[in-house]
Amino acid sequence: MADTVQFDLVSPERKLASMVASEVQIPGADGDLTAMAGHEPTILSLRPGFLTVKGTAGEEQFVVTGGFAELSADTISVLAEIALPRAEVTPEILADLVATATQAHEEAEVDAHHETQKLLADLVHIAEHLGFDAHL
Amino acid sequence: MPNLKDLKNRIASVKSTRKITKAMQMVAAAKLRRAQDAAEASRPYTERFNAVLGALSASVGGSDSAPRLLAGTGKDDVQLLVVMTAERGLCGGFNSSIVKLAKTRVEELQAAGKTVKILTVGKKGREQMNREFGDLMIDHVDLSGVKRLGYADAQGIAKDILGRFDAEEFDVATIFYSKFVNVVSQIPTALQVVPAAYEASEDDGGALYDYEPSEEAILADLLPRGVATQIFAALLENAASEQGARMSAMDNATRNAGDMIDKLTIEFNRSRQAVITNELIEIISGAEAL
Repeated sequence: MADTVQFDLVSPERKLASMVASEVQIPGADGDLTAMAGHEPTILSLRPGFLTVKGTAGEEQFVVTGGFAELSADTISVLAEIALPRAEVTPEILADLVATATQAHEEAEVDAHHETQKLLADLVHIAEHLGFDAHL
Repeated sequence: MPNLKDLKNRIASVKSTRKITKAMQMVAAAKLRRAQDAAEASRPYTERFNAVLGALSASVGGSDSAPRLLAGTGKDDVQLLVVMTAERGLCGGFNSSIVKLAKTRVEELQAAGKTVKILTVGKKGREQMNREFGDLMIDHVDLSGVKRLGYADAQGIAKDILGRFDAEEFDVATIFYSKFVNVVSQIPTALQVVPAAYEASEDDGGALYDYEPSEEAILADLLPRGVATQIFAALLENAASEQGARMSAMDNATRNAGDMIDKLTIEFNRSRQAVITNELIEIISGAEAL
């Protein structure tokens, strides 16, 4: 079995990456996981976080905000709601996302509070990781 | 015989109209390219998405626990029609053909005794639907301020529709938009988005997926997104169709203006010649009388 997989990252607005990768770190809703060649066919949903692709040409990192990933033995496709190469993420974009999430959290019904809280925390975590102030 | 000055003015005005339609055609051509690129860029996502949802709904769809978005409410008494048109006119039959399709549907549904509610996206559709079905309109989404269609716009519309579905305001939702085939051909299309009708593709029927978290949780997460994705795809198709329709309409208008200028110029030259001939006759007959 080959030890590389075909990796595709698409968002509704554009195709961000299509390359051969040796491993992909995916921020899954139930925890991060690293997918490599020969993975069991899986569909998992994503939480906001960093997606790291190790390919033949080096490592690339993207910020995704949710969506889902389809894994199989020789392909990994990530369908993200919003996905940006790490270099393109600006404090303004993140502040916008955090503001939307905060609003959603405040408007959410009590039984959905847990989820919106988690989403918000994930976004703030991304901002902190990149050294931005999330509360612009 | 129209006088020369009038004809001259007429020619000048048609000429400037031709300039405007020519410019609009070129602008539409440029915008069309951008719209087509956007539509193409979204295609991989939509295709994958539909494939995954197809596989998922095939495995969950039959069970009793299937989400309402997939299984529907079990009724089809209240129908929501989402009519998506352009914000601007001067694009040939683009808006009218979508509205016409929607109107036929409204009449069919009403004849079958269903309640119809209409939500419009785009100013032109609202104007046309309002004339006949003003009392059925429930809301309007204004996209006139949007320069570049983003997924967020589609999400906004989807959220609105899903909110109404949760509030049990309707049973079935159908979107009306125009599918882009090429510059001269756009097909008005109706697509049912709620309850969602996904078809399982046959080629990956063999792959059995693990789901993380559970199958149901993923499906519940994906279905609302599916509505947004379908609306986004429809918006992009619509944008491309609009520009395509405008381009061919303006091309026709430019050509018609050219024909008209030719015709008017011939008329102008004839009248001028007639005036000259007339003057000559007067001079000659005047000289002979002396």
